[in-house]
Amino acid sequence: MKIGIIVFPGSNCDKDTIHVLSNVLKIECELLWYKKSDLDDFDAVIIPGGFSYGDYLRGGVIAAFSPIMNEVRKMAEKGKPVLGICNGFQILVEARLLPGALMTNASLKFVCKWTKLKVLTNRTNFTNDCIENSLLNMPIAHHQGRFFVDRKDLSRIIRDDQMKQIQMVLF
Amino acid sequence: MSILKIFKVEVIIENKTSIRDPEGETILHDLLVKNGFTQIKDVRTARMLLLEVQAENKNQAKDIVVRMCNELRIFNPIVSICKINVVSD
Repeated sequence: MKIGIIVFPGSNCDKDTIHVLSNVLKIECELLWYKKSDLDDFDAVIIPGGFSYGDYLRGGVIAAFSPIMNEVRKMAEKGKPVLGICNGFQILVEARLLPGALMTNASLKFVCKWTKLKVLTNRTNFTNDCIENSLLNMPIAHHQGRFFVDRKDLSRIIRDDQMKQIQMVLF
Repeated sequence: MSILKIFKVEVIIENKTSIRDPEGETILHDLLVKNGFTQIKDVRTARMLLLEVQAENKNQAKDIVVRMCNELRIFNPIVSICKINVVSD
């Protein structure tokens, strides 16, 4: 098992991700500069948070057009796990690997705090070490965190049971 | 042989009317209404890109920008609309 962590100009917490994967979970992993064009050697990929391209135009939209995202799309199509944290989630939305849009927070303020997430299911790749219905403490820090999906996409993700996973990866 | 000219094209990206615009609401309530401009009933904010486009004519300039906005997700069609106007030639 080898996990790639994609680094864009303006990414952050990539080193934290490396630390958790290699020192805590003892999984082989590698930082990948966004200009790398081949991800065949990797079994999963993580896009960390940060402010890729300074959030210019919209969080994640410029990074979403990097060639490496075509590779990420191919991995997702093969069923390999793809995890987006924070700005990584915004990039996956802008690359249309996930539905919806992220808008400026309704408070207009940058939100930086701890929040609690409820584990609604542990039958996903991302939550299978968690206890169902337990609460996880998660740090959040964002200015464009107001997630929006239209009714059509909302009913689709509820029908496909994706919502539970999305709740986990949103922050 | 056609001569290419430079056209100025503005791209205005704004939230759909069904989507709240908290920045516009704050400007309306906390600046305009509070300071007596009660005649103003709504404010919607937007982002504007002013492009210089090389093309044969106005229509071609607009077509290039329409295609670019759709292909490169200059706006997220789920929450935003995009108005494209050629403002000078």
